[in-house]
Order: sequence, then structure tokens, then C-alpha cells
Amino acid sequence: MRMGLLQLNSVSKIFDTITAVDRISFALAEGEFLSLLGPSGSGKTTTLQMIAGLTHPSSGEILLAGRPIGPLPPYKRDIGMVFQNYALFPHLTVARNIAFPLEMRRMRRAEIARRVAAVLKLVDLSGFEGRYPQQLSGGQQQRVALARAIVFEPKLLLMDEPLGALDKKLREQMQLEIKHLHKRLGVSIVYVTHDQDEALVMSDRIGVFNQGRLEQIGTVEELYEQPTTRFVAEFVGETNVIRGEVRDGANGCCILETAEGPLRGRARQAVTTGSAALISVRPERLRLAAGQPARSDGDGIQGHICEVIYMGRLRKYVLDTAGGQKLIVARQVAGVEANSFAVGDAVVATFQPEDAVVLQDAHEHGDK
Amino acid sequence: MTGAYSERFWPSLRAAFCLAIVVFLIAPMVIVAIVSLSSAPFLTFPPPGLSLQWYRKLSGSSVWLDAIATSASIMLPSAAVATAAGTAAAVGLARARIPGAGLIASLIMAPMIVPVIITAAAMLGAFRAWGLQGTRVGLILAHTTLAIPYVVFTVLAAMRLVDDRLESAALTLGATRWRAFWRITFPLILPAVLSGLLFAMVISFDELVVSIFLSSPTVRPVTVQMWSDVRGDVDPTIAAIGTLLLVFSVSALLLETALNRQRARPLVAEAAATGPEATR
Amino acid sequence: MNDRSDLGAWLVLPAVLIVGVLFAYPVSWLLAKSVTEPVVGLQNFKQLIEAPVYLKALWNTIVVSGSVTLLCVLLGYPLAYTMAHAGERLRRLLIFVVLIPFWSSILVRTFAWMVLLQQKGLINKTLIDYLGLIDQPLTLIYNRTGVLIGMSHILLPFMVLPLYSVLTRIEPSLAQAAASLGAPPHRNFLRIYLPLSLPGLVAGGVLVFVIGLGYYITPALLGGPGDTMIAQLIEMQIADFGNWGLAGALAVILLLGTTMTFLFVSRSLLGVR
Repeated sequence: MRMGLLQLNSVSKIFDTITAVDRISFALAEGEFLSLLGPSGSGKTTTLQMIAGLTHPSSGEILLAGRPIGPLPPYKRDIGMVFQNYALFPHLTVARNIAFPLEMRRMRRAEIARRVAAVLKLVDLSGFEGRYPQQLSGGQQQRVALARAIVFEPKLLLMDEPLGALDKKLREQMQLEIKHLHKRLGVSIVYVTHDQDEALVMSDRIGVFNQGRLEQIGTVEELYEQPTTRFVAEFVGETNVIRGEVRDGANGCCILETAEGPLRGRARQAVTTGSAALISVRPERLRLAAGQPARSDGDGIQGHICEVIYMGRLRKYVLDTAGGQKLIVARQVAGVEANSFAVGDAVVATFQPEDAVVLQDAHEHGDK
Repeated sequence: MTGAYSERFWPSLRAAFCLAIVVFLIAPMVIVAIVSLSSAPFLTFPPPGLSLQWYRKLSGSSVWLDAIATSASIMLPSAAVATAAGTAAAVGLARARIPGAGLIASLIMAPMIVPVIITAAAMLGAFRAWGLQGTRVGLILAHTTLAIPYVVFTVLAAMRLVDDRLESAALTLGATRWRAFWRITFPLILPAVLSGLLFAMVISFDELVVSIFLSSPTVRPVTVQMWSDVRGDVDPTIAAIGTLLLVFSVSALLLETALNRQRARPLVAEAAATGPEATR
Repeated sequence: MNDRSDLGAWLVLPAVLIVGVLFAYPVSWLLAKSVTEPVVGLQNFKQLIEAPVYLKALWNTIVVSGSVTLLCVLLGYPLAYTMAHAGERLRRLLIFVVLIPFWSSILVRTFAWMVLLQQKGLINKTLIDYLGLIDQPLTLIYNRTGVLIGMSHILLPFMVLPLYSVLTRIEPSLAQAAASLGAPPHRNFLRIYLPLSLPGLVAGGVLVFVIGLGYYITPALLGGPGDTMIAQLIEMQIADFGNWGLAGALAVILLLGTTMTFLFVSRSLLGVR
């Protein structure tokens, strides 16, 4: 494996009886933006804390630039960290907060002042030197926390759900700002979030966490188009999952026998005939046509529209299928919709086999 | 401080130090208890042997039994009145519109802040003029006055925790203001009221300085009796009575702690931080 | 927030009456005596300032109270820190332990120290007989040492509890952030934790100092003639000499000292930011 900036080898963290982090391994290249994405309690923050040195791994090792950093205490690791609640020192001004890491490194006063001013300009807070954290808005505090974490030019920056406390508009604005900062500084970032839209916007790669395990790591496109587990398919973006039995599984193209009839999809791993499996189709990859009594050729699911949700850019249809489950179809609203349906219409939802992914039906990932 | 990277040294040193301080806090009282069981008529520690003779002496001494009875007969009424008046005041301050509320609150809290010696001397002068010096009633009135601030402090803190929107909800559901208070708010502040009652009882029973000034040879609480004995010839009888006082206090504290198991920790620390043995 | 009702105003009346009549009036009367007895004028204060015995007692009071405050800070900070960082059960146990002396009679506690500090008391016994460290017993009682030990013991909870209250509110993420920014443990403590704990230290310190100023029982039982504090003077003036004017003047000074300490501290705390 290529030696990147950061490497985790089979790192675990066990608290009494709870395994918070279960044999996580991944590598981070220089300048890369990696998001750790997952629901609350899935182990992402604990992983971050182990990288920072605030918690000790129960097993496994962490390498920074090829060297194990296990024995190094947090104050010697030279890693920047932005905390969820910002952790700004309330008794220090903005300037002193930002100057703090430089003072710890015994930099000269003039140099400190210069750097603080420069980084304040970078985060667009020039003039705020004398204010105290309590006097700032949430967004401003967030930027001070960021400034403080990068002023000493670390190679690696850790961010623990830094935008969680901000409202939607501000969050979206900050996401772009962070992304631009990343490009500008060339620093490697490990970013923890539970918001998949956020991860999609900002990251080069995403690692999806579930109950302490790293289920899949890859680019946004890889995760979206080729999820390897049901959890990833459902967590990153929206999808429809249909249960079935493998009827024919030869070189990547698979036929599943389902309650909706036979459906085809791509399988990344080998599947054995007769085994239980799932097929995952994204809502926007489904097309709707007026229903016909006879089964149409190809992969189609019959049903009735039970709900229509207008969302501006998209129109979502919720279908009651013939096989007894709910299907979500999303169509773009493009001008005068020639092809829009109403509640009660009988329809067939069709998709291309390349747009569907076949996944193992492992029972731990079963019902969510 | 955090994680596994703090060295072993500082936490161990701190633990040892804290143990020493805890011993410092508790040991003297344990020693009094042990001395009270001494078989020798001296205050030596460790005692040469154990015996219950001093407690027997207490139970046979009319001086001491009278003193205990006096203390009890002062404690009960004063604690009751202080709790009632203090609770009422706290409720009023928390909920009602009172002109000059700040000043009134300061006035009510004043006995807690003013050094007790001043209160004692002042009460001596005034009570003497009113013919209350050396009477049981005088002592009851004095103890009540001293206890009220603690009750108010405790109950007021609890009132502030109870959302007054609960009463509003009760009002929309058809309750009168009075019933809303008794059925909703009062049960919620009851632990604090009982804490206040316990505080008031311990304050009264342990009170010394004011009682010195206001007692007489015929009306003499336990603490005053101890005070006069402790500066003369001392034998372990004093230790025995002291131990009884300690048992009383610790029992009250245990009761209070059990009452407040549900409450947030900082609240207990703050409410208890103005405990019975404050400004003396 | 509800509209406040007018009806409940009378609820405060009983407490106000009791405290007003039985406390406020007598105290005002006593304070007034300082300038009305035996004749109208400031002669009582003049007497206090001119006689060295009174000045010495005033000085003693401040020094003793200040020393006790310092001792309580040194003893109390580690204890409060441990309590704030302890697990649930240890924390509750420590709070209980700190509260016990708090709820017990000062007289009994002071008496306990009388037992411990005397010539043949446990402390001397341990040093001489058990540990063999010294030959002659130390005089630990009826002098300044006894007073300091006794008062520190009794006033320690007043330092620990307010301090603990503040320490539990310090966010743990602040120390973590400081560590991630390069602060080694001792600098982390000095630059981040200690400044943030200062309000608690001040609150506890003021409490201990002010209560100590007015102390009577402990100095009376554990101190020597050279350790007389204001409260004992007040008692002497009334009980032995019947000199209410002088007693009133002493009370005025004590009260002034108490009030000024409070004001000074809250002013300087509020003034910083």
C-alpha cells in the first residue's frame, strides 16, 4: 500500500464491553479531504480522537508520515483539530486564542502577530482581534476555531462535525468556505459528519462508518454508484431496496427473483445461486410509464401511485407495488411536464440493469 | 488530564493528597466518638479501654437531660416557623410582583451574612429590653430568625428550577391559581422545603453563639452547657454529648442527601453551601 | 414567563416581619450605640484607634483570616479538582465527606481539635511515641497554630464547594483543544484551566475570609491571649465591661470589613470584562 500522510492499521477501541471502533484501516494521502460519514455513535469521533491522541487505541497502530505516533502525547503531534463545540478559550480574546498554539511553540511576538493577522484575513475576520468568543455569532466562532487550528500550519487537520450547530444556509456557505480553504492551503483533512450531503459536497473520498466498522471507503462516485453494503447504499443518497433470491449469477450480471418478478442488476462480488440478496435502485434511475396489464419486457415493477411530493427541482412519487412494498421514484421537473402522474394512476417503473446494484443480504445489515 | 497520556505521577500524588485531606476533615470527629467510649476519665487517645460509662452518666444526669430537652423544645418550633415563613417568602419572591424585591431579599438573607457575634450582641441588647433574655421564647425567636435565610435560599433555588409554565398549563386546564400551586408546584419543591426544614433543625440544635448570650441558668440548651464545661474540667462526658450531636447532624445530612438524589449535583452543592454552620 | 401576580406579595410578610423586628432593628440599634454611648460622638472609634490592644486584635483578625484563606486554597484546590474529575460514585462520596463537617456543630469540631492538639494529644503522641521524630511535645494549642488548624478545618468546605461548582462547569474540550494545539500538561493547566477556575477560587476565598473575620468559638477555645480576634473583643466588652458603645463600634468595624471585602471583590471581578 502506498505510504500516505496518515495510515490507520486495524485500529480498535473497546470501552468495557462496548466496541466503539472495530478494526479500522485506511490511508490518507497528502492534501486529501477524507470524510468519515456515519450515524451518531458509529465510532467516527472516537477514531478522530485516537488520531489526535486524546484517546489511546485498544489495538492497532496509527502512522503519521510513516512513523507510529502511538507514544506521542497530543501536544507533540502537530495535528490541528476543530472541535464540535469549537472549544474556544472564553477567557482569551480572538487574537490570543489564535496565538495560543504559536505561543506554545515559543514563536517570537512579532511573528505571532503577523501570522494571526494573516489567518484572520484568510477566514474573513480581520478586525475581530479584541473580541471575546462569547461576543461572536456561531459562524464567527467556527471560523476562529478553524483559524486557530491552521495558524501553526499543520500537515493534518481534524474536524469533528464543526458545522453541526449552524443553521442550514450558514452551513452550506461554510462548507464551501472550508472546501476553498482546503484547496488553498493544501492541508490534509479528516472530517467527521453525519450529514451525507455535507460529505458529498466537500470530500475527495468518504469512509462510511456503521457501528464501529468502516463499511466502505471511496470517492463519492464510487460510493454512490457501487455501494458494497445495504447500509452504504441507504446512507449515501436515497435508494430503493428489494429483497430477492439469486436465480442466475454469472459475471457480474445477476438475476434476482423477487416479489416484483425477475429483476436484473450488477453484482460486485460473486453471488451463489439460491442465496438471498438485495437489489438497490436509486429513485432517479427509475422511469415511469403508464401501467399496462401485461408484464412489459425488461425490468419493470408494477404499482399504483399513492403519493406525489413536489420538491421544486424534483417530483417524487411513492408507489405501492404489486409485490407489496413502497417504491420511491424521483423525476426532474422540467418545464411543462409532459409525463406527470397523479395519485391513483397505475404505472410501471422501469430501470436499466447497469443502474441497479446487487448486494448481500447479510442479516446484521438487515432491517434498519 | 485527558486520555492515557497523563503521567502516572501527578494523579497518584493528587490521590494521596486528597486522601490526607479527607482524613483531615473526618478524623477529628471520629476521634471524639472514640474518646466518648473511653474507659478512662481523661481525654486521651487512644483510650486505654472501651466503656459506655459516659453515656450512662449522661442518661443519669439531670443537667444534661434538661439541656437536651431544652434544645429539643427550642428546635421544633423554631424550625417549623422558619420553614413556613421561609417557604412562603421564597414562593412570593419567585412568583409574585413585589416592589423592592431585591431589597426585601437582601433583608431576609442578612442574618446569614452578618457575623453571628454581631447578631448575638444585638439580640442580647434588644431582647433584654423586651424581657425576652433568658427565656425559652426568646431563644425560639432567635433561632427562627437565624434559620429563615437558609430556608429561603434553598426553596428559592428550587422554585427557580420549576418552570412556571407548568402552572400556566394547570390554569388552562381549569385550576385556580391556588390549586395550581398546591397540586403542581408545591410537590415539586417539597424536597427543597424538607431540606430547609432539616437545615433549620440542625441550625437550631447546633447553635451556640447567640444562645450563649440569650440563655440563662434555667434555660440552657445543650450547646451552651457544653460551652461552659469545655473550658473547665473536661472529661469524656463532653465527648459523649458531642458524639450525640454529631450523630444528629450526620443523620440529618443522610436524610437530606436521600431526599435530593434526583436533583442536579450543582444544585446540591450550592444549596448546601450555605449549610447550617455558616457565619459563626 | 408568566405575568407576576400581585396577590402573592403578602407571602413575604411573615419572614420580613420576623427578620426585620428580631434582627434588623436590634443590629441597627447596636451599630447606633457606637456613636451614642456613653455620649453622642466618635469617642468609641477614637478609643479603638488609639489603644494598641484593639489595633492588635484588628490586625490579628485580618492576618488569621487571611492565613486561613490561603491554607484553604492550598488544601481545597486539589480536593475540588479531584471531585470535579472523579467518577460518579467517588464524586458523590467526596461531596458527602465534605458536607459532613459542614453540618456538624462547630463546637464539637473545635473540641475535637482540643483533644488532638493538646500536649498528650494524638498528634504529639504520634510524633513522639510512634514515629520518634521529636522529643518534646509541640505546643499546638492555645496559640496561633491551633487557631489556624482549627479554622482551616472548619472553613475548608466553604472553599471546596463553590470552587467545585465552578470546576465542574469548565468544559473538558478546552483542555483537549489546548493539548491539540501543543500545550504540555503544566502549561495547559496554568494557561487554560487555572484562569478559568479563578472565579471559583475567588468566591471560595471571599467566603472563607469573610466568615473567618467574624469567628468566635474557635479562636476562643484554641487561641492564646495574643490571638484575640474581633468577635472575642465584642463579647468581652458586653459580658465583662457592659461597654455597649465600644462593642457597637467594634461591630461597625467588623461589618464594614465584611461589606468592603464583598464589594471590592465583586467590583474587581466585574471590572475585568
